[in-house]
Amino acid sequence: MMLARTADNLYWIARYMERAENLARTLRVTDRLSLMPSSTDTEGNEWHSTVIVSGSEEGFYEKYDEATPENVISYLAFDPENPSSIRSCIETARRNARAVRTALTTEQWECLNSAWLELPRWNETRVRGSGLHRFLDWVKDCSLLFTGGTVATMLRRDSYYFTRLGTFIERSDNTARIMDVKYHVLLPEHAEVGGGIDYYQWASILRAVSGYRSYHAVYREGLKPWLIAEFIVMREEMPRSLISCAAEIKDCLDRLGEEYGQRHECHRIAGQMYSRLRFGKVEDVFRQGLHEFLSEHIETNDRLGLEISRSYLLG
Amino acid sequence: MAQAIFDEMGGPGSEVRQAYRKLQEWLEETPVDILTLRHEEAETFFRRIGITFAVYGEGGDPERIIPFDIIPRIIEAAEWRFVSEGLVQRVRALNAFIADIYGAQEILRAGVIPRDQVLLNETYRYQMQGVSVPENVYTHIAGIDMVRVGADEFYVLEDNCRTPSGVSYMLENRELTMRLFPDLFSRYNVAPVDHYCDELMRTLISVAPRNCQGEPTVAVLTPGIHNSAYYEHSFLADQMGVELVEGPDLYVMDDIVYMRTTQGPKRVDVIYRRVDDEFLDPLTFRPDSILGVAGLMNAYRAGNLNLTNAVGAGIADDKAIYTYVPKMVEFYLGEQPILKNVPTWRCSEKDDAAYVIEHMAELVVKEVHGSGGYGMLVGPKATKQEVEDFAARVKAAPEKYIAQPTLALSTCPTFVNEGVAPRHVDLRPFILSGKKIKVVPGGLTRVAMREGSLVVNSSQGGGTKDTWVLKD
Repeated sequence: MMLARTADNLYWIARYMERAENLARTLRVTDRLSLMPSSTDTEGNEWHSTVIVSGSEEGFYEKYDEATPENVISYLAFDPENPSSIRSCIETARRNARAVRTALTTEQWECLNSAWLELPRWNETRVRGSGLHRFLDWVKDCSLLFTGGTVATMLRRDSYYFTRLGTFIERSDNTARIMDVKYHVLLPEHAEVGGGIDYYQWASILRAVSGYRSYHAVYREGLKPWLIAEFIVMREEMPRSLISCAAEIKDCLDRLGEEYGQRHECHRIAGQMYSRLRFGKVEDVFRQGLHEFLSEHIETNDRLGLEISRSYLLG
Repeated sequence: MAQAIFDEMGGPGSEVRQAYRKLQEWLEETPVDILTLRHEEAETFFRRIGITFAVYGEGGDPERIIPFDIIPRIIEAAEWRFVSEGLVQRVRALNAFIADIYGAQEILRAGVIPRDQVLLNETYRYQMQGVSVPENVYTHIAGIDMVRVGADEFYVLEDNCRTPSGVSYMLENRELTMRLFPDLFSRYNVAPVDHYCDELMRTLISVAPRNCQGEPTVAVLTPGIHNSAYYEHSFLADQMGVELVEGPDLYVMDDIVYMRTTQGPKRVDVIYRRVDDEFLDPLTFRPDSILGVAGLMNAYRAGNLNLTNAVGAGIADDKAIYTYVPKMVEFYLGEQPILKNVPTWRCSEKDDAAYVIEHMAELVVKEVHGSGGYGMLVGPKATKQEVEDFAARVKAAPEKYIAQPTLALSTCPTFVNEGVAPRHVDLRPFILSGKKIKVVPGGLTRVAMREGSLVVNSSQGGGTKDTWVLKD
């Protein structure tokens, strides 16, 4: 048992850190992609798609007319007015952390506090050129340190499961978005799936989820969109896949259910979400349409998040 | 009052005092750049851990760290025994006084303290009249500010019976000196302080409300992260292993206080509150307060909740009431006060006020309700204009002021830009009162970092030191 506000804060700290990490991953891949020769005919496209991945399309185009690299980096990495910018994510996570100091381990707190202390040293000027990669790597490191610190130091009880839920609900959403937008936006209007798809673009999806090398370890063949989709949606050994997230969410909720001796609507949704991925077939996903499938997943995931809040976090 | 400044180490030209000899040796053998390095490490440590506090009414960095001076202050066992006995006696008397004020008011009837001084006081809470509190304890955590002016001369400067802060610094400072200077630390036999939080928890449990069933549930109530002492609130909750709650986490139903948890409502029995009286319960005090909990006072009166420190304990912090504490010791305990008060002029009395206005440039003048070094005048350090302005304020509302001679506060060796130099210090020991009274050896030493300055308050740029009480 713990304060509902504390649980809520832990959950959101983890969500914000995970969001910052996925944004950094996406930006890194985008930057890489924009250097590729293939990008000349779809110039600027990948920066626009990154804005969509981040879910901040509306806010961005209110402020800017064009998705130039400078604009996108400024808005997604540093803009304090964008509540999901990397800066905002780290600041919010640290503010929440300060409010629940007692529930965090020293390692977790120090990681968030150091990130926050270091943050003002990064700005648009400093990330020009090779500085961008250093910055994005740093963001990723902060998040990995936080998640690693969580696993390595936090007592296995409710507070831990709420923190982990935040990580996986956010990752489940982010992975689906990365997949969806790359699929949808990068594809020239009428290109066939599995047909003339640019190698780099598919590779970029894998890279964004740290799956480029592991894909090869699992499949031992060249990049095939079909397999990539299966890998990221349905392979449980892939730690950022949708099914891995669903399994972790289900597990955390089961533990909470045991600890508290009570189950809620969120348990049912989580079970359903996991089963669908566990017993589904990738053919069906493509038959339904990958985009439709992913949109539905994102929606279910949202609903799950709301139910978790309703059952535990509002008090 | 000794006029020459007493240096606790011995000062230049005079012999180094016994307790400081090993420190002196150590200072001599440690190069300045090592001290500088350790000083920087200390700063990084505070920042990284997030031990910060906010200074009100200024722009700039909202999370500031209090300067930590790396050179410890050392108090000998015999000196501490004397101080500690005096503190226990004083706090017993203060608790008896507050209980009396909200009870039979014997001390007023006996004419020892003028009735108006208490009953018309801003910090007197009529809502507490006739409310009985567990063990008759009102100030469970007291911080008594003391200064030293000579080898055997200690004075109490003020009593903090309401919500004294600073204990987290006492604990973190010790943590830090042990980490930075293990070699120096091991040369001394220093009395530990790290059991403070266990003692605090025991104290809180020992004053569970009369209707509490089973093991009491304790929580620390904070105004939130914007409060200047937020770090301390979270530190204490953490060390005690209890919840750190804010007003909105609590609600009252049928005169019982509950906190909102992930498993629904959970009853709370003892609240160590760091929210001021006026903000505790919008139904009883300020109706616009969002820091408190509606109905809290009803639960308190019904014996379903205990609040530490008790509502209304601030009456004893009043600087005019302070002047009567030695009389309280005699009145309630029938003992002679061990610790002396600083001679004080009460401007509410005509002769005193006249004297104060005449001699303002030599005196320290304070608001009776002021704290944190705000609203005070240090005569000898003030400009002519400042003295005149302050005199006008005193004339306009004399009852709001008291004055004291400018004390020659003792100095301790302190690491500053110029190297190691003497700086003025005071001491705030913490006294815990529940079923028993406990004093953890030492306390928080505050140090004025500027040369010659007598203002040690952290809000005025003061720093802190680790305070070592030696064991026999």
